[in-house]
Parts: sequence; structure tokens; C-alpha cells
Amino acid sequence: MNTADWIVLVASLVGIAAYGSWRTRHVRLNTYLRGESSTGWGTIGLSVMATQASAITYLSIPGQGFESGIGFVQNYFGLPLALIIVCAVFLPMYRRLNVYTAYQFLGERFDEKTRLLGAGLFMLQRGLAAGVTIYAPAIIVSTVLGWRLDFVIVATGLLVIVYTVTGGSEAVALTQRWQMAVIAGGMVTALILLILRLPDGLGFTGSVAAAGALGKLHAVDFSLDPSRRYTVWTGVFGGLFLSLAYFGTDQSQVQRYIGGASLREGRLGLMFNAMLKIPMQFVILMLGALLFVFYQFAPHPVFFNRAEWRRHADGIRFRTIEAEHAEALAQTQSAIRAWAQARASDDAAGEDSARAAMVAASDRAQGIRADARAALLLADPRAKTKDSDYVFITFIVTQLPHGAVGLLVAALFAAALSSKASELAALGTTTTIDFWRHFRPLAAADEARNMRVARRFTAVWGIVAVAFALFAGFAENLIEAINILGSIFYGVLLGLFLVAFFLRRVGGSAVFFAAIAAQTLVIVMYFSLNIGYLWYNLIGCAACVVLSLALQAILPRRAGAGGRAP
Amino acid sequence: MTSAPRPEAPRPEGHPETESPDVPGFGTWRAVYLFVFGWFVLVVLLLTLFTAMYA
Repeated sequence: MNTADWIVLVASLVGIAAYGSWRTRHVRLNTYLRGESSTGWGTIGLSVMATQASAITYLSIPGQGFESGIGFVQNYFGLPLALIIVCAVFLPMYRRLNVYTAYQFLGERFDEKTRLLGAGLFMLQRGLAAGVTIYAPAIIVSTVLGWRLDFVIVATGLLVIVYTVTGGSEAVALTQRWQMAVIAGGMVTALILLILRLPDGLGFTGSVAAAGALGKLHAVDFSLDPSRRYTVWTGVFGGLFLSLAYFGTDQSQVQRYIGGASLREGRLGLMFNAMLKIPMQFVILMLGALLFVFYQFAPHPVFFNRAEWRRHADGIRFRTIEAEHAEALAQTQSAIRAWAQARASDDAAGEDSARAAMVAASDRAQGIRADARAALLLADPRAKTKDSDYVFITFIVTQLPHGAVGLLVAALFAAALSSKASELAALGTTTTIDFWRHFRPLAAADEARNMRVARRFTAVWGIVAVAFALFAGFAENLIEAINILGSIFYGVLLGLFLVAFFLRRVGGSAVFFAAIAAQTLVIVMYFSLNIGYLWYNLIGCAACVVLSLALQAILPRRAGAGGRAP
Repeated sequence: MTSAPRPEAPRPEGHPETESPDVPGFGTWRAVYLFVFGWFVLVVLLLTLFTAMYA
């Protein structure tokens, strides 16, 4: 990065944070916790989108397209359906009860202990993941750019703490609008520059065809084979389930849309996301698939995490792998050119054989990349062998002109800040409203005191996140472990809300003890069974719903009730 | 257990289903949801077509 890159990076990130802090320095409590009451659907829609997409999304998804193709887009198929349900059922209820947090609704519908349980599950899950949204992009960017990891973590952490503590939910929404502009500008710039740099003779359409021939453009798969990771069915059903839990019950999302000028604005903001999300993810995945074609012609390392490679790749075995990879790459280039010529000459038989040769050459190159990972693991069993997250950032720093590099790095950090800010505001609000106010009911009328407390809790969560990122020493699989923890708690949380909305005869005590039993069941199953962790979302939710019905039938009527229907 | 204080300033809003979405061409929210669902189906169809063409 040169001076121009630094100017773009610092001006955009610090400028947006300063603007957000300045504009929201005198907000009132209601605005601090729920956002400005005049917020329109555009701001709500962008805020929901910015909260969901963290920096790791923009680093990992092109890497996913590069490595496995665009089939990952199916994971988002349940999202529009979930958002329709949130608009029709969840949002009107939150607005009618005029709540600050989703868990206040549980208190209104059931009782205080169920509300504390719901808020506690959210805080446990988000609190455990607190450091990851800062750490995950910081480790990648600092590794590639050679920056100090602790400096990157502290700098981004302090920036997000300053404006989130100052203006709360309103500062989050205000800054997310501009951060999304930086992210969109950066991603569009990267896509245009990539298209302009695609190999001569192939161009855009030829490169898309080559990506397809090399197996990267299998967008939808209607297979019922349960061993396939991404299919239309897992996307629609699993995605619906996960999205409903995330958008309907996670305060970091609920806080984004319960404010706003009216119910209409919140609904339109969510519908905006329902329509844009799949096309947006498709474009980002296509960027990864086109990167794959680009790198068949551009020199690139056999392993994209260069720092990790240099750390372990010492010896003849690694030099041999590098030489084999360079040779395989040259063969793939020739094979792609031969296929393109056969395709242009309308020679169907020649095209088929050239295509087979191209696929074989590409498979050989990919096989050598797999050998490289195996060799790394052999050299050090703790070596980080997943390099797909480094593909896009490597393209950014080695292929883009100065200025654009600064813009893209700013876009990655803007994404990190925007998702982190939503988490901090949600954790601060939930701690204040659902816990502090619960134990200090007489303090509710003192607005100044509430503001001080909300700001302190938000700051404390920010410091916890930075400390966690600095000292936890995340291993590669620890990031996945955080996702597993999320799946363990999300199911029961969603179960609580589904019972609240759809099973009106179930009361507070029944659902409370059902949720405790369901959570215990999920934890016991996790330690005793070996199944994919996404299933725990479904198991936790189903157990909570079924046990609630059973307990409601068993418990004495007064004990089972303890709440009121919405 | 003590009950938490009710949040301030209740919002006067119409019935969530009968309230007009105030979007040109749409009289009810049900129509908006159907349109979004239709868009989702169209996107899946286009992706299926894309897969058939290129994969």
C-alpha cells in the first residue's frame, strides 16, 4: 500500500466513524436504543444488509466461488421466505408492543424468567462470538499486508467502540449507510478491474464459459442425496430455519428494523433485503469463479496464505510441489486456449475432447494444491491449511492499482466495523433493558442514568470483544467452533419465539422448563453424537416446541400458564 | 420476579394486515409478499437456466 491507498483507507474509515459520532452525540435514550424514529426503509434495508455481511463474508465468499464454485448461493434460498414471515408475524408484534429488544416480547407473552432466559441465550451466543468479527478479517489482512495483528485489532476495535458508544443504534444505522457505499464501491471496482484483466482471447463471455466447463458454475442442484453439502432443498429448508432464527430473534438484527418511522418502513427495508440478497451473493460468488479463470493465466502461489507457506515449506518436497504446480498451470493454460479455439471453430467433437483435456489439466493442478496442503499438515499438524480466504485479498494487493487497493481494504474494514457495531449496540441494549432494568426497576424513569448505563455496557462489550480477539489466540478451527456454539443455542431461542407466536395455549412455565430441557438435550447430544452441527438448530427448536406442548398438558393449569397470549 | 417498566411512547399504527403498503401497484401487504415470493421463484428459475447453460 502506498500513500494514496492510506489516504483512501484512513479517510473513509475514520471519516465515517467521526461523522457518525458527531451527528449522534446528543441523541436521546429512545433514539440511542432503537434508532431515529424518522428512519426510512432505505436506511433500514442497508442497515440489515450491513449487519449480516461481515468482512469475512467479502473475503470468504469469493474464495468459496474460487474453490468450490457458486453452488453456495443455494444457502441463501431460505432467506426471502424467512423475511416474509418476519414481516408478517414478528415485526408487527414487536412494533405493537413497542419493545426495545425481542426478549421484551417474551416477557410480555410469557413471564420475566422466560424473557431473561431468551436474553441470556442471545448474550451467551453473541458474547462468545464477540472477538471473532474483529479477529477473523484482522488476521487475514495483517498476514497479507504484513501489519501487526494486535495493532489492527485494537485500531478497528477502538474505532467501532467510539461511535457505537457515542450514538448507539442511531450511529450504527447512520454509519452503515456510508459503509455500505464504500463496500459496494469497492466490490464493483474489483469486479470491473477483474473483468478488464481476464485473459486475452477469452474475454468475459469466454471466461464465464471456461468457468462453467471447469465445474465452477453449478448454481443449483436439485439432488436429494443427503451427502451433498449445498442443494436447493438444504438451502430452502435449512436456510429458512437459520434465517428465521437470525432475523427474527437475534437482537443485532431486530434492533435494525424495529425502529424507523412506521411499520411500513421496517417491512419495506426487510423486503429490500429479501429481493437483493440472492442476486448480490451470486455476483460475489461469480467474482470468485472468474478469479479462478483469471488465476489459470496469472502467476500465483500454490498456496495462497504465503506467510503460512513460508513458515513451514522448507525442503525439497515443497520445492517439488511448487515446480509441479507451475508446470500443471502451464498445461492448463494451453488446454484452455485449445478448448477456446475448438469452441470458436464450431467443431463439436474437437470441443468435447479439448474440454476433457482442459478439465483433466485443471484437476491435476487442483490435486497439486491438495498435495501442498497435505505436505503442510505433515510438516506441522497445527498448520492452517485453508487458504481460500486469502485468494481475493491476494488479488487485491497484487493485481489492483494503488488507490483501488486502499478502497478495497477500506471496504473489508467497513464490513467488519458495520457488523461489529450492530453486535455491540445489541449487546449493550439487551444488557441494559433486559437485565439491568429488570434488577433496577425504579431507575427506568431516569433517562440520563439509563443513557450512562447503556453507554457503559456497550463500551464493556466492546472491550471484551477486543480483549477476546487479542488474547484468545484463535486457531483456524476455533472460528468454526464459534459457529457450532451459535447452532447449539440458536435452535432453542427460535423455539421460544415460535411457541410464543404460534402456540397460544402454551404458558410461561411450560415453555421455560421446555427450553431448559431442550438446551440440555442439545448439549448432551453434541457431546455424545457425531452429526453435522447445523442439525442442532432444528433439534433444539423442535425439542423446545414439542416439550412445551407436552409440559403444558402435564403441568397444573396455573403453573403451566404464567403468561398471556399476544 | 419484578416486572420491567413498559417502554415509553406507544406508537399509533393501523392494523398490520389492512394497512396499505403505500407502494405503487400494491394494494395490500399480501400482494407485496406474493410479489417478493414470485421474484424469489424467478431468481431460482434463472439460476437453474444459468446452470443448464454453463455447468
